Amino acid sequence: MTRTYAAYAHPLWRRLLLTREAAVVALVIAVSLWAYSNVPYFGDQLTLTYLLLDVTPILLIALPMTLVIITGEIDLSVASVVGLSSVLLGVLHERGFSIPVAALIALVVGALCGALNGYLVARVGLPSLAVTIGTLALYRGLAIGILGTKAVTDFPSDWTQRASETIGGTGIPAFMWVFLLLAVVFTLALHFSPFGRGVYDIGLGSEAAHFSGVKVERTKFVLFVLSGAVSALAGVFYTLRFGSARGDNAAGLELQVIAAVLLGGVSIFGGRGKLAGVVAGVLLIGIISSALRLQGITVNVINIIIGLLLVLSVISTTVLAWVSDVAARRNRGARPTKTPAGVGTL
Amino acid sequence: MRHDSIGAASHPTLTLRDVAKSFGPVVALRSGTLVAQPGSIHALVGENGAGKSTLVKIVAGVHRRDAGEFLLGGEPADFGSTAESKAAGVAVIYQEPTLFPDLSVTENIFMGRQLLGRGRRIDRAAMYAEAARLFAGLGVHIDPRRQALGLSIADQQIIEIAKAISLDARLLIMDEPTAALSGVEVERLFAVARRLRDEGRAIVFISHRFDEVFDLCDTVTVMRDGQYIATKPIADTSVEEIVGLMVGREVAELFPKTPAPIGDPVLQVSGLTASGVFHDVTFEVRAGEIVGLAGLVGAGRSEIARAIFGVDRYDSGSVRVKGCEVPPRDPAAAIRAGMAFVPEDRRRQGLVTEASVTDNITGVIRGSLARFGLLTKRMENAAAGPWAGRLEVKTGALDMNAKTMSGGNQQKVVIAKWLATKPTLLIIDEPTRGIDVGTKAEVHRLLSELAGQGMAILMISSELPEVLGMADRVLVVCEGRITADLPRDRATPEAVMHAATHALTGGHHGHPGGHHGHPGGAQDQQAAS
Repeated sequence: MTRTYAAYAHPLWRRLLLTREAAVVALVIAVSLWAYSNVPYFGDQLTLTYLLLDVTPILLIALPMTLVIITGEIDLSVASVVGLSSVLLGVLHERGFSIPVAALIALVVGALCGALNGYLVARVGLPSLAVTIGTLALYRGLAIGILGTKAVTDFPSDWTQRASETIGGTGIPAFMWVFLLLAVVFTLALHFSPFGRGVYDIGLGSEAAHFSGVKVERTKFVLFVLSGAVSALAGVFYTLRFGSARGDNAAGLELQVIAAVLLGGVSIFGGRGKLAGVVAGVLLIGIISSALRLQGITVNVINIIIGLLLVLSVISTTVLAWVSDVAARRNRGARPTKTPAGVGTL
Repeated sequence: MRHDSIGAASHPTLTLRDVAKSFGPVVALRSGTLVAQPGSIHALVGENGAGKSTLVKIVAGVHRRDAGEFLLGGEPADFGSTAESKAAGVAVIYQEPTLFPDLSVTENIFMGRQLLGRGRRIDRAAMYAEAARLFAGLGVHIDPRRQALGLSIADQQIIEIAKAISLDARLLIMDEPTAALSGVEVERLFAVARRLRDEGRAIVFISHRFDEVFDLCDTVTVMRDGQYIATKPIADTSVEEIVGLMVGREVAELFPKTPAPIGDPVLQVSGLTASGVFHDVTFEVRAGEIVGLAGLVGAGRSEIARAIFGVDRYDSGSVRVKGCEVPPRDPAAAIRAGMAFVPEDRRRQGLVTEASVTDNITGVIRGSLARFGLLTKRMENAAAGPWAGRLEVKTGALDMNAKTMSGGNQQKVVIAKWLATKPTLLIIDEPTRGIDVGTKAEVHRLLSELAGQGMAILMISSELPEVLGMADRVLVVCEGRITADLPRDRATPEAVMHAATHALTGGHHGHPGGHHGHPGGAQDQQAAS
């Protein structure tokens, strides 16, 4: 060995603080502090409880969605799977199944929904955008087809209470334990395992990943299955929390999930992003909507504000990338970034 | 010149003198010189990497030259885009034209400049009539109304030529047009080319097939290593002389391979076939041996390598490493069997360019680095550092993006990634393409050293000197078949070039399996007659 290398080009503080994730976390803190001192009732325990209960489905689905988007794919069918699992829970409950058994069946069906997406995307090679727009309609159609326009609402109260129970006197919903457990599992898988490195490699260069022995098809398939299963779990939670199983439950939720994931710093082109940023992104959206609602601002205006925030965040990423690109080019002198493929091919 | 009907010109149609072009540290063209006269067909020949394609791309407006003289019909020219070069009367016919498959033949010819009738509406009737007139002038029968989809490559080329003529091109460059054509189609193309010559246009014809060059052309220019070598009238030269000019250089000192003891077979490939790509490929590579896979670009060498590694599919045949069969279409299984594969396209296949040096180096071994399934950056850095050091990768830190590195450094990262897997067989496709001279020598020394340690190496290279200098044995691939198996002492440039180009004398075929007289070969001979 003739030379050794520094592991990192920049010191730790810079790698931690000058990142997209740090910016989102800082925004979460800033907005919270502002709301705490300016918005009446924002500091109440009940506000915290409702805020977290509201974002729980988004938090859950954002975990697998992050991995899916990092591979360069997308899953638009998640909210429809929430609806389908909600309907299944209701119908099975009506037929006399206990809640745990009904929930388990809903999870399995959710995983199967994800498997169909995964098969069409990873195996057949269809674009995930098209496939999941199709299954978005398909799964939602099934949900509404099964239950029609009616709702199942006679869930046992011990289960519906359990869904919105809080931990001791903290105001934090007990269901957050489930999220925390999943978050740890997904973090280990994405950031601390060979599987996760493969996920990033697929997003950054799927051909190179394939040439290095990464199982591109299998990885994508597994991620879609996970996305389906976790969406079904979110559906079970959603149903019990509101005590209502309906075919149109959580319609449009997929856009909120994707907005939060992108806001959290995940690149829509794949290959970049961290789960910490995504969790902060979800919380940021939750805090903003909660604070504005307490101010008496209507949902439409809140949507406009969150939409603007998302567009700005995407623009900021592009601008930042451009700035660092220009800086890097200046450092290296005017070296061309590409070696034309034609050199020496004749 | 045989024909000076029009133009009777004092000026040649195309004059390139001492034209140079570099891409970063890589010199693609040192001094290209080519003078094409009106009413003449001018052959441009040279090995892979001689600079022919760069020269053509400069004329076509794809690249801008760094230096040198470029005249078109006596006027100075400098094209910033292909559109400018087209407007100036230059047309390039590529090996595989890119037509719009869903449009008709006529719409393809008039793409972007449709004939307009009354009220600025597209006048289809006039376009069909004009297309029919063009085809008649070329002496070919193609229905102007039919869809481009499903046309043979030969017909597609004719349509490109018709388009060029309708633009009144003065200079037609045909870049290996016959590579994918059958005998009859080649004859028809030649008839068209002769007609265009007789109309006073200048034609530059690039081909690896000497029989065609001698059949069709009036003059030949030879290039080597990005440099102009000579221009000869066809009547005054011979195949032997041209081959000599193409390869003429001392190779022995450049690429030393130190002799290593040759051991047992590591890779055994038998009867490997992928229909339409390669056929009945059988060979073995032994421990300590470097086997060179030579041949022209497009002969199927990389495809064979990719199939062996399991990236591409194959229809029949088997691949064994140390006697154990490797399943098809499964790179992970190939890696487990001890294979490593440095692919041709470094930026797309070899590296994840947007990822860090560490991520790239540990890209294959990270599965085995993990403890209890968990992996940290620290563990990866610890594993990647020594390999980067061993290959002397030049980088500020291990978390730098591979994208910003030079080609040579990137190649070192790819090689480090694969050496970290401790392979028994290394397949390396174009080990030094686009790499500066210093790094090139380092890579060669490394390959020699690895073979000395008992690694089996299969090396694909389009640079003949590299193959001849490095390889213990040279397999020549031509049109998907191994046409020669030459031990080091018999691997001369001439022998390899002959086997690779189906040149006139076929005396060097020595491969087991006896594919001599294959229909493909017979067809080429027929085309020449």
